Amino acid sequence: MKKRALSIVLTTAMVAALFAGCGKETNDGGTTGGGNGGGNGTQPTVSPDFEYTATDGGKVLNIYCWNTEFKERCEKFLPGYTAGADSTSKDKNGDVSGTAEGTYNGVTVKWNITPSKENAYQNNLDNALLKQKDAAADDKVDLFLMEADYALKYVDTTYTVPIDKLGITDADTKDQFQYTKDVVTDANGNIKGLSWQGCPSIMFYNREAAKEIFGTDDPATIQEKFKDWATFKKTAIDEVAAKGYKIMSSPNDTFRIYSNNVSSKWVADDGVTINVDPYIKQWVDDSKELVDAGAVAGTWDLWGEDWSKGFFPEAKVFAYFGPAWLVNFSMSADTEGSIGYDGGWGGITGPQGFFWGGTWITAVDGTDNASEIKQIMLDMSCSADTAKKMVQDVDEFANNKPAMEEMAKEDSGYSSKVLGGQNPLQMYLDGLNGLEIKYASAYDQGCNEAFQNAMKSYFEGASTYDEALDAFYTTVTTKYPNLKKPA
Amino acid sequence: MSKSKNSKVVRYNRWGYIFLIPFLVVYVIFQLIPLVSTIYYSFYEYYRVGLMQVGPNWIGLENYKSIFQGSELLPYFKNTMIMWLIGFIPQILVSLLLGAWFSDNRLKLKCEGFFKVVIYLPNLIMASAFAMLFFTLFSDLGPINSLLLNSGILKERFSFFSNAAATRSIVGFMNFLMWFGNTTILLMAGMMGIDTSLMEAAEVDGANSRQKFFKITLPLLRPILIYVIITSLIGGIQMFDVPQILTSGSGSPIVKGVKTSETLIMFLNDNLFSKNYGKAGALSVFLFVITGILSLIVFKVSGNDKKAK
Repeated sequence: MKKRALSIVLTTAMVAALFAGCGKETNDGGTTGGGNGGGNGTQPTVSPDFEYTATDGGKVLNIYCWNTEFKERCEKFLPGYTAGADSTSKDKNGDVSGTAEGTYNGVTVKWNITPSKENAYQNNLDNALLKQKDAAADDKVDLFLMEADYALKYVDTTYTVPIDKLGITDADTKDQFQYTKDVVTDANGNIKGLSWQGCPSIMFYNREAAKEIFGTDDPATIQEKFKDWATFKKTAIDEVAAKGYKIMSSPNDTFRIYSNNVSSKWVADDGVTINVDPYIKQWVDDSKELVDAGAVAGTWDLWGEDWSKGFFPEAKVFAYFGPAWLVNFSMSADTEGSIGYDGGWGGITGPQGFFWGGTWITAVDGTDNASEIKQIMLDMSCSADTAKKMVQDVDEFANNKPAMEEMAKEDSGYSSKVLGGQNPLQMYLDGLNGLEIKYASAYDQGCNEAFQNAMKSYFEGASTYDEALDAFYTTVTTKYPNLKKPA
Repeated sequence: MSKSKNSKVVRYNRWGYIFLIPFLVVYVIFQLIPLVSTIYYSFYEYYRVGLMQVGPNWIGLENYKSIFQGSELLPYFKNTMIMWLIGFIPQILVSLLLGAWFSDNRLKLKCEGFFKVVIYLPNLIMASAFAMLFFTLFSDLGPINSLLLNSGILKERFSFFSNAAATRSIVGFMNFLMWFGNTTILLMAGMMGIDTSLMEAAEVDGANSRQKFFKITLPLLRPILIYVIITSLIGGIQMFDVPQILTSGSGSPIVKGVKTSETLIMFLNDNLFSKNYGKAGALSVFLFVITGILSLIVFKVSGNDKKAK
């Protein structure tokens, strides 16, 4: 009996040892997290008198971001910046992660790149920010990038420094589009970041396909075919699909258009109940109709390999939706054989205006590179020359109203190679009219991602709408334990 | 006389304790403390949303309640077990067969070392690299689909990762490929430990190979077989890397509103994304208990406890 008891104890010990691997994983963060466990569940509120610190003399400028866009822009357009060692790598979805170095006016720049997927970028950034106070000067985050989807989460904290504290004046930013400033304005009216781009979005269509389907690739005629959602669906099913083309790569392509035109936030006014706006439901219904009619290429995630195949003519995808950065940064326009490489895209306003993304540069409280950050912000986002160069070189829609209006004129000499010689700037400028960012919440990114994932199973017929919705609630409440599913 | 002998024993004992210190220190730091704090935090509300830290606040058994009342635990446990079985059944059969061949004195296989290395090789590939490879192979526009289309087996593209059975089978198959070599080596070690005189005696008595395998090899292999089953079961419950990478952490496809390739540890990992140490801790404790119970069942059924007397 004694031996038996002993053997049981030994077995348990063995199991315990085998399991310790995952116990460890659960907990090594737990002990570090314990250090700041004193909080009472409230976000640090910003008092108008908060004293931000931003000093000079740091030798290392740490930049946190989620892709290589800003890095590439710096390499091209930032005077005084030179690229250095690069140890980033790409995963199967094309997401880049890792670290890279560069130098900027004698200061070492360290890039820390974590992809956005599954909140990884924000989690990584949050960890770094929470340790900011105790970090050594050279390890402190000095500058990070944020998207409109979650800008509020950081803007309404003391982690982000108002730009006037860096010495940037209203005069410096007077030419920027107002909405780019609204996104990053905190409760006290401080502007906490700057963007070098505007992101009004349009519909890009495949010119060759348009000629085959409609007999013309003239933007005005094509726009007539996709002027509102009813016409859009009709054309997609009756004409585009009938000719063997797919209107878009995935139903997720149009998600942003709907989610940008909602009339309520993802989280109800009580701050904890998840809320699915009727217009989001409209996206589900419209998309389901298109998928069932065989008018969509697949139900894959955005950015994946299958989704990206439509950038090439063989995949027979008719259209993509997005802002200027999509054309230049994502559409494989520099790969031979792609539609963009041969200037095969055309741009139209599409069924509804929307904006997508946009990247804001923000300085972090406690930085020791204040003057470098100020210079980067001025050079990248406030200079009309850089703005024009960005348009010319990389088809950016830059954050400088007069410069864009000038370039939009027919005699400006600018035309987009990717868009087959079209000048899309006026379309972008028109898209900015009436652009409002009213229904943003700190949970947008997580909710958008989870919702698209869950609806995939509804589009594929594996779940009913309600079942898919349940899956969405489950994912979101796991991601954000403070939220709850509506009763 | 007896006194001096006694003190010598004590002195020797002291050395024993000193030699144990490195193990104890490592064990306490890396295993015992995490284990205890996992259990400790499982009774607390303790998570972070964005930059907002909640807790730790004592909430008793709330975390356990939310796990057991939630709709996730049972289906994810089912997923884990199904994917484990899909991989484990072929794994144990193939390993037994290979082990029997490799250890058969009369078969005298050539290049035995070479084959042993080859079947062990898949285990050396990183699970993530392996998963990425399979993801690319089976993706909607990938080579397997093209192959099946061109050879006329399929009429239209089959979306492997939108089909629960296909995704689970791919996960099971990958686990099988990665682990059958390891199992073969273990079983072979067990088989080579079997007294050859027993085999010879059986042969003299006129036993054929099948009888030898079922009447001699298998019964004598039982201890090692049980070890293989227990460790594989524990490994199965901890299944994480392959489905995580293969489905990009989404546990898709979702069928009837339930993720069909989400394992328990993937669920644990999801909770850790919000640094939810409370709920993740409760889940860990639950997994710990389940693994313990499963091990005891296997232990009892195999009759090991009686033999120990």
